[in-house]
Amino acid sequence: MQDFAQAFGLAFDLVLAADPDLLEIIGLSLRVSLSALVISCLIGLPFGAVVGMTRFRGRGGAIIFMNALMGLPPVVVGLCVYLMLSRVGPLGWMALLYTPMAMIIAQTILITPIIAALSRQVIEDLHTEYAEQFRSMCVPVPMAMGALLWDARYSLLTVALAGFGRAVAEVGAVIIVGGNIDHLTRVMTTAIALETSKGDLALALALGVVLLTISLAVNAAVMGLKATAARYAYA
Amino acid sequence: MLDTSTVLGEAAEAVAFREAKDSILPVEARGLIFEAGGKRLIDGIDLRLTTGSVTMIMGPNGAGKSVLIRLLHGLLQPTSGKIIWGGKAFDQTVRKRQAMVFQTPVLLRRSVAANIAFALRLNGAASPERCSQVLELAGLTRQADQPARLLSGGECQRLAIARALATEPDVLFLDEPTVSLDPASVLAIEEIIARARDRGVKIIFITHDTGQARRLGDEIVFLHRGKVVERSRGGSFFDAPASSEARDYLAGRIVL
Repeated sequence: MQDFAQAFGLAFDLVLAADPDLLEIIGLSLRVSLSALVISCLIGLPFGAVVGMTRFRGRGGAIIFMNALMGLPPVVVGLCVYLMLSRVGPLGWMALLYTPMAMIIAQTILITPIIAALSRQVIEDLHTEYAEQFRSMCVPVPMAMGALLWDARYSLLTVALAGFGRAVAEVGAVIIVGGNIDHLTRVMTTAIALETSKGDLALALALGVVLLTISLAVNAAVMGLKATAARYAYA
Repeated sequence: MLDTSTVLGEAAEAVAFREAKDSILPVEARGLIFEAGGKRLIDGIDLRLTTGSVTMIMGPNGAGKSVLIRLLHGLLQPTSGKIIWGGKAFDQTVRKRQAMVFQTPVLLRRSVAANIAFALRLNGAASPERCSQVLELAGLTRQADQPARLLSGGECQRLAIARALATEPDVLFLDEPTVSLDPASVLAIEEIIARARDRGVKIIFITHDTGQARRLGDEIVFLHRGKVVERSRGGSFFDAPASSEARDYLAGRIVL
């Protein structure tokens, strides 16, 4: 119990003092996870939209596969990316291992299936509503896809949020490919893991409190935006 | 305020334009049959519809009215039989010159103006001027920036009809567009449809409302159990229906 009280006190002090090390860690966490999110959305949203609005042979299997990939274990993803990027790996020449870019790649692989699978469901529901009207209007497929993605944008924000939550909170993949190098690849989750193993539970908990606060703030902002959209019947 | 002289001038231009270009009409259904779930919903319909009038499709529930217009519009494929548009088989060019308004309007989750702009973009005719012109014809100028889904039932349907007419179709299909709307909304919608008819748009309109069929219908096609049991001019259908089914229907008796 004392640890918790001490942790909150320390977290408060660290944030108030704008501790440069802490800000660097938070900044890198956000940079890595948001970059992974943007790339995942660029890949996952069109993919989800195509699967959601088309019928093809093997679609059921594709959906099961996409859903299964949502549960990819981060350490396995980290290991695979590590093998690809290691000096002897096929992409070793890029010298990306133990860099933020490697962490972005690992998190992108981790959350793209989440974005694709969840957006597929959202787009499919909206497509069911629009399909006959679009056929009647002869809307070409690319335009229909754009319209569905745009009209579902507030629901897709929740999808992006789920992806961001997964990325910012995972430790298994980034610690393997990033290496938790101070001032280079140390993010909040890897720092928490390190401080816990060092026995500095108060600092670990303080970082945890900061991480939780960021997650809560992002969630609240997105939900607020979604509620506003629902009030205006756009959601 | 709507500038009547401008609108009438545009209407005359539109009719001239429509007469000048090749119309996709007449549409002919030959031996049309449609089956679904082991049931025959359309049972051998032969029908020829020509340009420049309002054809009301009437009949009891389950008669096959909605299926028939979906077949004509190309949303459903017939089990057998043919649909010929202007002597040619149905294709995308024919579909692009038709529009359909559904019983429950499907509006995009956008503003009223953006719904119109979407339809105009499909025809490569999206300009702010054209958009406001369409909104004005539907009496929705004041609601232009409102989210389409917050409109009243009547306004939603007016928007759906305006969007359908925005692309200047040759044929407009309407599937009970005024069901459960208040009289003022029904009147507003009938006025929009009458103006479209005056511009030369062929109207194919499903309704259960005999008053509406009298007001708008130049001819009535009466369906029963997937067959055309009667086809006659508006007045004669209501004054002296030829078929016993139509007589029962108009007398308010349940037609099975």
